[in-house]
Amino acid sequence: MPPISYWLRRLFGHIDVPLLALLILLLLLSLVVMFSASGENPAKVVSHMVNMSVALGAMLIISLVPPQRLMQFALPIYVLGLVLLLGVALVGDIVNGSRRWLNLGITRIQPSEFMRLAVPMMLAWYLHFRQETLQRRDFVIAAVLLALPVGFILKQPDLGTALLISASGAYVLFLGGLSWRVILGAAAAFLAFLPIAWNYLLHDYQRGRVLMLLDPTQDPLGAGYHIIQSTIAIGSGGVLGKGWSSGTQAQLDFLPERTTDFIFSVYSEEFGLLGNVVLLALYTAIIWRGLHLAANAPNLFGRLLSGAIVLMFFTYVFVNMGMVSGLLPVVGVPLPLVSYGGTSMVTVLVGFGIVMSVATHKKLVKT
Amino acid sequence: MKRRSADHPLLKLDLQRWRMRLVLILLFGGFTALTARATYLQIWQTDFLNQEGGKRIQRVVEIPAHRGMITDRRGEPLAISTPVESLWVNPRDAQADATQIQALASHLGLEPDHIRRIFADKSKTFVYLRRQISPDVAARALALGIPGLHREHEYRRYYPSGEVMAQVLGVTGVDDKGLEGLEFAFQNWLEGEPGAKRVLRDRHGTVVEELELLQSPKHGKDLTLSINLQLQYLAYRELADTLARHQAKAGSIAVLDARTGEVLALVNLPGYNPNNRASMKPALSRNRAVADVYEPGSTMKPFLVAAALENGVVTPGTRIDTAPGWMMVGNKRITDVHPKGNLTVGEALQVSSNVAVAKIALDMKSEDYWQLLNRAGFGSPPGAGFPGEAAGRLRPYESWRPIEKATMSYGHGMSVSLLQLARAYGAFATDGVLMPITILKRREAVIGQRIMSEDVARQVRGMLETATQPGGTAPQARIMGYRVAGKTGTAHKLVNGRYAPDKYIASFVGLAPASAPRLVVAVMIDEPGGKEYYGGLVAAPPFSKVMAGALRLFAVAPDAPFETAVPAQIQIGEAT
Repeated sequence: MPPISYWLRRLFGHIDVPLLALLILLLLLSLVVMFSASGENPAKVVSHMVNMSVALGAMLIISLVPPQRLMQFALPIYVLGLVLLLGVALVGDIVNGSRRWLNLGITRIQPSEFMRLAVPMMLAWYLHFRQETLQRRDFVIAAVLLALPVGFILKQPDLGTALLISASGAYVLFLGGLSWRVILGAAAAFLAFLPIAWNYLLHDYQRGRVLMLLDPTQDPLGAGYHIIQSTIAIGSGGVLGKGWSSGTQAQLDFLPERTTDFIFSVYSEEFGLLGNVVLLALYTAIIWRGLHLAANAPNLFGRLLSGAIVLMFFTYVFVNMGMVSGLLPVVGVPLPLVSYGGTSMVTVLVGFGIVMSVATHKKLVKT
Repeated sequence: MKRRSADHPLLKLDLQRWRMRLVLILLFGGFTALTARATYLQIWQTDFLNQEGGKRIQRVVEIPAHRGMITDRRGEPLAISTPVESLWVNPRDAQADATQIQALASHLGLEPDHIRRIFADKSKTFVYLRRQISPDVAARALALGIPGLHREHEYRRYYPSGEVMAQVLGVTGVDDKGLEGLEFAFQNWLEGEPGAKRVLRDRHGTVVEELELLQSPKHGKDLTLSINLQLQYLAYRELADTLARHQAKAGSIAVLDARTGEVLALVNLPGYNPNNRASMKPALSRNRAVADVYEPGSTMKPFLVAAALENGVVTPGTRIDTAPGWMMVGNKRITDVHPKGNLTVGEALQVSSNVAVAKIALDMKSEDYWQLLNRAGFGSPPGAGFPGEAAGRLRPYESWRPIEKATMSYGHGMSVSLLQLARAYGAFATDGVLMPITILKRREAVIGQRIMSEDVARQVRGMLETATQPGGTAPQARIMGYRVAGKTGTAHKLVNGRYAPDKYIASFVGLAPASAPRLVVAVMIDEPGGKEYYGGLVAAPPFSKVMAGALRLFAVAPDAPFETAVPAQIQIGEAT
């Protein structure tokens, strides 16, 4: 066997080519949008490409890690994450009124980001570990494992991240076979809890964001500003869009955060409804392929983790687009793989690395 | 845990069928909602939202039009609009660190604290930081890259001749509207009409693209004055010199073209520099020669004589006995400075005898004197085009008491402006025709109005010529090579309704060349402070210099032999 092709196979053997192709397509589209959203700033585009390369590299490495190794790490990573969250609660730095950052001396990290993958891994590992003797009690324990980090994050306060991590845990529990009675009960409890949360738990600015959704014109220069400008951008794009780099709302700086959270408005203004359909189709294809891989995973851990990762991917897409187009309140969620930002890019692609690893290591790991 | 298997690969996920369906419904529902929302916005709402977007980025902005230029009769610029810039801030967007504020303050000459206060007031969205600064200063300030700092193009008036034309031209305000002087009077003529264009602006108000021109700006029309700037400079220099020499409070000189009625020069001092508004005080900005009136004194005597000649009350040869140098009218005493004895009418003007003209006045009807004064333009604004031209005071003759008629014969009990007086003297120059006067350059000939017969005008002019000759009150008014006719005036000033014993207005009005007069020059010196206060000593010398300069400037042919020099020592004292 020629050594080069051997090493290539060792290196790329666990990449799922269709999924990779779809991801690359999305990333290319992202570069196109970034060029326009950054005000035709090549440096920003190059930096975006660097983030992509790093994240793709991380995806490649993770795809090589067998699921058993990931399972071994699930508990330690989760515990480490909890310790960091505890650290944040005790000595975290306060930025913009929230205690989210932990200063490690060399760098500052945001442990809640870290928990986005750690929590579903932990829950998937736990349900896998208990799968032969799965009882109702195990779901309670799993719920506690989920509630601990969510509680810390709520305390920061960071409602958006807490909800998203809850969702990732809920996906694992749901896919793990949580009884429909419990699901219905939880849904009912959640609905009943909403008025209480509204009146007693939400901060004023959070209530404001929801109210703004109903009538952004109440405060057109303040809280409603983002959503009004973004809605105008999307709507004025029409069916065919205004053309690449020709969106007036975006290019004339009316759109806030146009390379990060609101990049969808830029895209939508310039490429119109047609562009939106293309983008949604691309996301759908990625999710479809991801779910397909998850469904074919050889063991429960793999299935649950992959499934949750793909569903989280969907959730991010939905929440971001919903927020930008005025369907959901404004929460700081980037558009996966399109928005500018290294952390998000790495988290998402590492997630897909896990999905690929799970899907491709089954021949070696018969369960 | 039940295990199920199905054909579809997704359902191989170890799940009940409904669980997978729920996931798919979730996905489908989510993306359907997004598509529906996008469709709603991008198809149903797109026109409305496009409009909304347009409102945010399109603006109709003004294209400033510059104000017309004011020039002298030869096209020398007197008032020009120069492009300047005004800096304004939107405090809501404004953000600057300490070094930026420091740099901005030093560029603009403002206090850093002042700038900080403006930046801190987030309730405002438009505050002028500094108006009308030169474009390079504005460019340096903008180069600091402070967000929320913007500029606006404006025009600022610049007056190249400075103080020399100050009160005549007046000034414009910061909004480029005339506030005083000709700038005010000809506002509609000079004013431009701004144009408009539709532009694309970004959120910070910076224009990024010009879409269409809605209306091109109409620049203001230029105004050509009758002023001759060279002559104006000369009059300014002589007036300034006279005020300094005689420690006088103020003074004016007016130069008229006797044949066209054009104002060739008009100077008032003290003045101000119109390019430095700080130097401008209300008292200094009055165009005194036009807007202020004073009791003219003896410069009115030629009109009394003209009225008497016109109405046959006297002939040039009629003799009047002025001994003993004073007379009583009622219980009031009219005096000459020195007793003159028996005088002809011409001699009465030559030596400026109050008693002689009062006696003539008492011999004639009030109406006749009033008629001539009225026709000569006294008591009504001269209409040269200045704002606020004074009419002067000429009471109706019916109410004149004898003493008033007598004092009015030598120019007390009435008031005139210097411009009125100069214009009226023009009638002696044009053989009895009063020309309409103007501050604008004449494009076509105008017809004057005859106010006295040709003969009378010539006779009086002849008498006025003797006043500048040896034995007259104003030999210092003479000009080498030209015959000069003129009359001195030395009037006590009215202070609070009483004649102040030691405050005078010295004046001289004259014409040259006397054989065929071209120019009228009127000089008025307010409160000469030295020992000399007679018109012949204070006002005649600057008259002579300005008139000489004007005659040379207009290349007027001499009408007298060149004498060696004006006699150095002149017997004066009689002059009033």
